[in-house]
Amino acid sequence: MQVPHEKRSALAGLINWFTTIVGRVFISLFTPAITFLVLWRVFLFLRDSDAPQIIIVLVAILWGVGGVALLFVISNWVVEQLPGNWGQRLQPFVFIGPAVVIMGWYLAIPVFRTLVLSFKDSLGQDWIGKGWAIFDNYRFAFTDRIMLETFRNNFLWMVLGTSLSVGFGLLIAVLADRSKFESIYKSIIFMPMAISFVGAGVIWKFVYTYRGEGVGIQEIGLLNAIVLALGGESQPWLSLPPWNNLFLIIIMVWLQTGFAMVVISSAIKGIPAELLEAARIDGANEAQAFFKITIPYIKGTLITVTTTIVIFSLKLFDIVRVMTGGNNGTNVIANEFYLQRFTYGNTGRASAIAIVLLIAVIPVILNNLREFNKDRRAF
Amino acid sequence: MATGTKGKKHKSTLVLNGVLILICSIWLLPTLGVFITSFRDSHDIFNSGWWTVFPHKEDDDIGEVILDDAVDVNGKIPVEGITATFEELREGVTLPDGRKLTWFGNKRTRKIIVSEQKWVGFANNLTLENYADVITGKEITFTDAGGNEILRRGNNLGAAFLNSIAVAVPATIIPILIAAFAAFGFSWLKFPGRDLFFTMIIAILVVPLQISLVPILQDYTKLQLNGTFLGIWLAHTGFGLPLATYLLFNYISTLPRELLEAAYIDGASNFTILFRLILPLSVPSLASFAIFQFLWVWNDYLVSLVFLGEKTRVITYALASIVGEKGQDWHLLTSGAFVSMLLPMAVFFMLQRYFVRGMLAGSVKG
Repeated sequence: MQVPHEKRSALAGLINWFTTIVGRVFISLFTPAITFLVLWRVFLFLRDSDAPQIIIVLVAILWGVGGVALLFVISNWVVEQLPGNWGQRLQPFVFIGPAVVIMGWYLAIPVFRTLVLSFKDSLGQDWIGKGWAIFDNYRFAFTDRIMLETFRNNFLWMVLGTSLSVGFGLLIAVLADRSKFESIYKSIIFMPMAISFVGAGVIWKFVYTYRGEGVGIQEIGLLNAIVLALGGESQPWLSLPPWNNLFLIIIMVWLQTGFAMVVISSAIKGIPAELLEAARIDGANEAQAFFKITIPYIKGTLITVTTTIVIFSLKLFDIVRVMTGGNNGTNVIANEFYLQRFTYGNTGRASAIAIVLLIAVIPVILNNLREFNKDRRAF
Repeated sequence: MATGTKGKKHKSTLVLNGVLILICSIWLLPTLGVFITSFRDSHDIFNSGWWTVFPHKEDDDIGEVILDDAVDVNGKIPVEGITATFEELREGVTLPDGRKLTWFGNKRTRKIIVSEQKWVGFANNLTLENYADVITGKEITFTDAGGNEILRRGNNLGAAFLNSIAVAVPATIIPILIAAFAAFGFSWLKFPGRDLFFTMIIAILVVPLQISLVPILQDYTKLQLNGTFLGIWLAHTGFGLPLATYLLFNYISTLPRELLEAAYIDGASNFTILFRLILPLSVPSLASFAIFQFLWVWNDYLVSLVFLGEKTRVITYALASIVGEKGQDWHLLTSGAFVSMLLPMAVFFMLQRYFVRGMLAGSVKG
């Protein structure tokens, strides 16, 4: 952009201008090309190499993180080389471009691609039928016996799982708020948030484990040991429909209560102390103060937490997959999606099931958009 | 009167803490059971519950009685001063002096074990062998409950652990980097389509990721990205970006405008401002999301199941395969579960403060 100011002969100026531009264009194209080439070579090395694993892991981390940083630096530099105000015009797209492209590729466009696939056959190539038969995958998704079972189970997960998680979360948040050891209690309840669903699956499978009848056989599962100690009979808990759903839901409650508790707890801390004080002076007892002040005050938070856990229970997959594989009447929508796509290889049906999940969250999406539009003046 | 209310208050505090301790115990007990079991001998695990490592009363054999051939085992059997049937003896009969008689095996053995209730202290035969077996990939043998020697290939969780690191570290940093640029762009730069793109981010915030799996898998097959680190990083980046951008935008857009204007006047470029000014100021927000995303990626099962699979096993995948293949080998399952929990637990307890903050800022993820 620094065009020389001295007046030279027109020709020399032209040559100078020309070489500068050509040089710039050359370098601007050459540098990214080299960068891509190097990154590509490393990608091939990572994909095909038999080097010791620790080396691959280190190279991969450096390459992945460094590569992305490098791409930003290079593309920003290229844009800054551009003549005139093109640089300024294009720079915002260097900043937001990668994010928008990746989100578009991975989430926004797939919504439409999956919608199209949901009208196609199991291989995803031809339309599944003519006329009304085009809806065959949806007929499966909404009326098949397997799907109706998953709807019932997801309904159980949503209602029981969410209400128990939020209920326990609220209870513990309110109780812990009055105790000196609040942070210890909260850490313990919150801890399962760090555990994977697969890990939680192992932990609870051990609680529910069943050895059966027989001389000298000891029950090593906690639940059966407790039932035996109370004079009952040991049971194979995970193969007893419909109760096994409840035993799986308990795992989710164990995992999600911590989340509900932490969010609710921070909302409770936001209630002005004077408000509760005033109510008590006016003669309200603890229960009245709780229902008349605490609950209305944290209503928004309760709704947010409930929505989040409802969405979570709708997409629930790992727990069922690891614990029962969806057998014995425990199947859920997301597991059936997985089975259709990856076990039976039916792309069309899997896509229709994914669309069912999407339809279920549409009210939340619309609400998010409405809230966002309300704050738009701030934006 | 004063002491009365004080006593009442004291009592209610006790009840309050009692209830909380009860709930917390219920919450901890399942994990404690797995933790203890992971250190027990594979043989012991099947013979007694994990709670027996604590001091408890247990039947201790002190002798045995062999019945004469003259005794009819099908009728009333006189033994040690009492008479009982075979069925009763098989269940175990307690003598008035506290000793217990238990028939050994079937009717033909004619053997009765005499035992006494005795206190047993803390178990001292704990071992680290389960961890060695589950982490390494070597062949291992162990004896099952029936006394059979069993040969199994190790589960090589060590390798899966490294793979998980190779997946989780870039899959945490890359989305943060990209989201930081985007959040800065949306907060401070003017360009056409700004509202449209941001509305898209809001809209896809809670889209279930099942929506993407089918088409993205098609793309990956075409691009040969299946089973590669790049493929899974991009996938996690894609699924994490809406929340990351949204959270960072909420933070960065509230930074004081004067600060940036001063930097512009000093001639700093957008790039410099982002790296020298914005990112250092946004550390709390970046840290919150980083922990959130790291735990999410480390604990993820579905995405790695679909895009990595057997070829590059991550820790959740490896653990889930042990559940599938060796569902009753509790010595491997329990130690494996703890290996998988090690890193997220450490991150979680060290950086809990940031994690909570991140969770409060945006509790909805697709």
